[in-house]
Amino acid sequence: MSARAARRQIASQVFVVVCGMATLIALFALGLILYSLLKQGIGGLNLAVFTQDTPGPDSAGGLRNAIVGSIMMCGVGMLIALGVGILAGTWLAEIGGDTPYGHAVRFLNDVLLSAPSILVGLFVYQILVFPGPLSLGTYSGWAGAVALAILATPIVTRTTEDILNLQPNALREAGMALGGSQFITIRRIIWKAAGAGLLTGGLLGFSRISGETAPLLFTSLNNNYLDFNMGHFMGSVPVVMYNFALSPYESWNKLAWAGALLVAAAVLAVNIIGRWMAREQTK
Amino acid sequence: MSTDTTSADFKSVIVPPPADSLVLECRKLDFYYGTHQALFGVDLPVKRNAITALIGPSGCGKSTLLRTINRIYDLYPGQRAEGEILLDGENILGPKVDVTSLRARVGMVFQKPTPFPMSIYDNVAYGVRLHQSKSKAEMDELVETSLRRAALWDEVKDKLNKSGLGLSGGQQQRLCVARGIAVNPEVLLLDEPASALDPVSTAKLEDTLEELKRDYTIVIVTHNLQQAARLSDYTGFMFLGKMIEFGPTEEVFVKPKVAKTGEYIGGRFG
Amino acid sequence: MLEAVFRIRELPETCMTPAPTHKTDPFDPIFRYVAFSAATLLLVTLGGIVMSLVVGGWPALSKFGFGFFTSVDWNPVTDVYGAAGPIVGTIVSAFLALAMALPIAIGIAVFITQFAPRALAQPIAIAVELLAGIPSIVYGMWGLFVFAPWFAKHVQVPLMTTFDSNPEGFWAKMFYGIPNGANLFTASVILAIMILPYMAAVFRELFRSIPPQVREAAFGVGATPFEVVTSVIIPYVQKGMVGVIMLGLGRALGETMAVTFIIGNTHLFPKSLFDSSSTLASTIANEFNEATGMHTAALMSLGLVLFLITFSVLAIARWLLSSQRY
Repeated sequence: MSARAARRQIASQVFVVVCGMATLIALFALGLILYSLLKQGIGGLNLAVFTQDTPGPDSAGGLRNAIVGSIMMCGVGMLIALGVGILAGTWLAEIGGDTPYGHAVRFLNDVLLSAPSILVGLFVYQILVFPGPLSLGTYSGWAGAVALAILATPIVTRTTEDILNLQPNALREAGMALGGSQFITIRRIIWKAAGAGLLTGGLLGFSRISGETAPLLFTSLNNNYLDFNMGHFMGSVPVVMYNFALSPYESWNKLAWAGALLVAAAVLAVNIIGRWMAREQTK
Repeated sequence: MSTDTTSADFKSVIVPPPADSLVLECRKLDFYYGTHQALFGVDLPVKRNAITALIGPSGCGKSTLLRTINRIYDLYPGQRAEGEILLDGENILGPKVDVTSLRARVGMVFQKPTPFPMSIYDNVAYGVRLHQSKSKAEMDELVETSLRRAALWDEVKDKLNKSGLGLSGGQQQRLCVARGIAVNPEVLLLDEPASALDPVSTAKLEDTLEELKRDYTIVIVTHNLQQAARLSDYTGFMFLGKMIEFGPTEEVFVKPKVAKTGEYIGGRFG
Repeated sequence: MLEAVFRIRELPETCMTPAPTHKTDPFDPIFRYVAFSAATLLLVTLGGIVMSLVVGGWPALSKFGFGFFTSVDWNPVTDVYGAAGPIVGTIVSAFLALAMALPIAIGIAVFITQFAPRALAQPIAIAVELLAGIPSIVYGMWGLFVFAPWFAKHVQVPLMTTFDSNPEGFWAKMFYGIPNGANLFTASVILAIMILPYMAAVFRELFRSIPPQVREAAFGVGATPFEVVTSVIIPYVQKGMVGVIMLGLGRALGETMAVTFIIGNTHLFPKSLFDSSSTLASTIANEFNEATGMHTAALMSLGLVLFLITFSVLAIARWLLSSQRY
C-alpha cells in the first residue's frame, strides 16, 4: 500500500471513529436524561398521584386534576385538529393543492408546524382570554384546547396530504368511473383506504401536544381542584410540572418528576403505536 | 418454462481465450447474500483489450458477478464471495487486498447514471485526485482526453464548470464512463449501461465502448442480445447462478454447445 | 421528527383528479367549499397570530420606538422596556446550541446511515426518533435538577477558581458568573441536547434519500468511506442540509420550556459565557401572567420579534428543503 493510500485509509478510519464517538456521546447524554427521569419519576409515582388533587406546599397529594385536565384539553384539541386538518389536507391533496393558493397554504402550514408554541399561547390569550368580541373573558379549558388544536392541526394537515398522495390515482379514477361524485369517492374510497394513515397522523399530533406547556400557561392557567367544566380555569400536567419544579418544596418537586415520567411515557407510547401503524400502512 | 430448469443438469462449457492474454480470471466463484447463494462455482476468463459480454435472464447472477469483481459488495455486511478472482495473477478476494486501490484498477459504470453532485470537470477529476497528485495542466489534459474518449467532449467543453446533474441521461452515462476511464483502470465493468438510455444515446455509448477496447478491458452485462452480439468478442451465458457457456461471441451465438444457450438466444425463454 | 417522517415526498405533488364530476352531486360544491375553508383557516390562524402580536404589542412599540430594540433597560417598576437583552440572549443561546448540536447530529446520521451494521443502526435510529418526541419541559427539568447543579460544582466553580488570580484576564471574564449553574451556557447545552435527536433524525432521512447507486459509484472509483461522505453524500443533499440546520435553529430560537428553567432570567446583555441571561420566549413565559398594561404590550412586542425572527428562519428552511430535488 502506498503512503498516500495509507494516509487516506487512516483519515477515513479516524472519521469513522469520530462519527461513532458522536453517536456514543449523544446516546450517553440522552441516556442520562432517561435515567434521571426513571429514577426520580418512579420515586414520586404512587397511587395517590392518580387519586388525589394537587396539594398545598409540603403536604401529600397527587396530579388527578391535572391529568383529567390534560386529557380533556388534549382530547378536545385533537378533535378540532382532526376535523380541520383532515379537511385541509384533503383539499391540498385532492382539490386545490396545485394552485398558487394551494402552494401558499402548504408553505405556511409547514411554517406553522414549527412555529414557537408560546406565540400560539399569546394569540389564543388575545382572542379568547383577554376581553374582546370573541372572548370568553377568562382563562379556560376551552382556550387551552384551542391553543393545543392550533399546534396539532398543521401536523394532521401535513400527514393527511402525504398519506392521500400515496393513494394510487387509479383508485380515484375507478371511483369516479363508477359514477360516484368527488365527495363520495373521497369519503367512501380515498379516506377509507387511507384510514390507518390518517389515524397515525392523529396520534403523532396527539403526542406532540400532550407535553406542551408554553401555550397553556396563558390560556388554561391552572386549577388546584378537579373540575370537569372546560369554561373554568383548568389544570394540566405540564403546567403543574412547570410550577412545581420551580418551587422550593421537595414534595412538589417530586410530583413534578412523577408528572414528567407520566407525560414522557404517554408520548413514547403514542409515538410507538403511531410508528407501528405507519409501518403496517406502508407494508 | 421448459421442463429442465434445474441448473444441476447443465455442465458448463468454457472455451477460454489463450491463457497468456488473460487479465482477469474468476475461478470457482460462489457468492452469498446472507444465507442465499447467488453464484455457484462460476468461472470467467477475461481477455485483455477485448469486450466480454455477460448475458442471461434476469436474476441469473450477471450483476452479482460484476459486483464481486471490484468488491463493491463489501459495502453490505452479510454478502460474501468464495473462490478466486485473479487480477494479474493476484487473488483480489484475499483479506490483505486494499479495496480502494483495487477499485481504482477495476472501474465500474452502473445501470442508472450516477453523476456526483459536482461540476462536470470535477466528476472526471474526482477519482484521479483521490489516487494521485497532478498539476492543473496535467489534470486539464486528462479530463479532456477522458471526455473525448467517452465521446462527450464536444457536447460539454463549454460548460465544464456546470453541474454534472444537469446533463441528459445519455450524457450523464457517458460522463460516468469518462470518470471511470480517467483513473486509467485495467478493467472497466459496465452493468447494463444502456438500459436507461434512448436508442441514439445507446448507439453513441456503443461507439464509445468500441473505441475504448483498444486501451481497456471491458466486461459488460446486458439484457440486449443484439448489443452483446454487436459489441463483444467473448460472451458468457449465465443461468440460475451458473456460467452455462463461455466462448468467442460468434461461436456462442451461432453454434452454441449447450442446448440451454441456444434456447435463450433463440428467444424460447427469458 | 414529524417532519422527519413525512418530509420526503416520494410522489409528484400533483395527484389530483379534475374537479368536474360525471354526475352532478349537490354535495360536491359544499364539500369543496368546506375543505377550502379548512385550508383557509390555517392561513387565517397564522395571520391572526401576527395580527394579535402587532395589535397587542403596538402600545409598547409606539411608545419606545426603535429604542425598544436597542435598549437593555427592562424595568416593570418604572414601566420602561427595551428588548435588546432578550434578543441577544435568544440569538446567542440558539447559535451556541446549534454549534454544539450540529456536528454531533451529523456524526450520528452519518454513522447510522453509512457505517453502523444494520443490527446496530436500526435500534439507534429508532431511539433517536423517539427521543426527538420527548416534550421539551422534560429536558428543562433535567437541566434544572441534574445538569445545572452538577455543572456549577464540577465545571463552573473549578474554572472560576483557576482563573481567580487574574480577575482582569480574558478567561476570568469569560467564566464570570453566579456559581449556580443557571446561565447562558448551561441553557445552550440543554437546548443543544433537545434539538440533537430532532436534527439527527431529519439528517438521517435526508441521507437515506440518496440513491444507493451514487454511493456505490463513489466507492467504485476507489474513494474511502470518509471521501465518499465528504465529497459525495453531503454535497448531494447540501441544500437540504442547510434547510435542516435552519429548522434546528428555528426550534432553538423559539424554544421556551427547555430554557426558561435555567437561563437565569436577567435582561442585560450577557457579559460572559456563564452570565445569566434571558430569551424572548423565557421572558414571556416568566412574566406574562403577572403583567398588566404597558408590561403586557412590551411582552407582546417580544412575541412579535420572536415571530419575525423564527418566521424568516423557518421560511428559508422550508424553501431550501422544498427545492432539494433528488
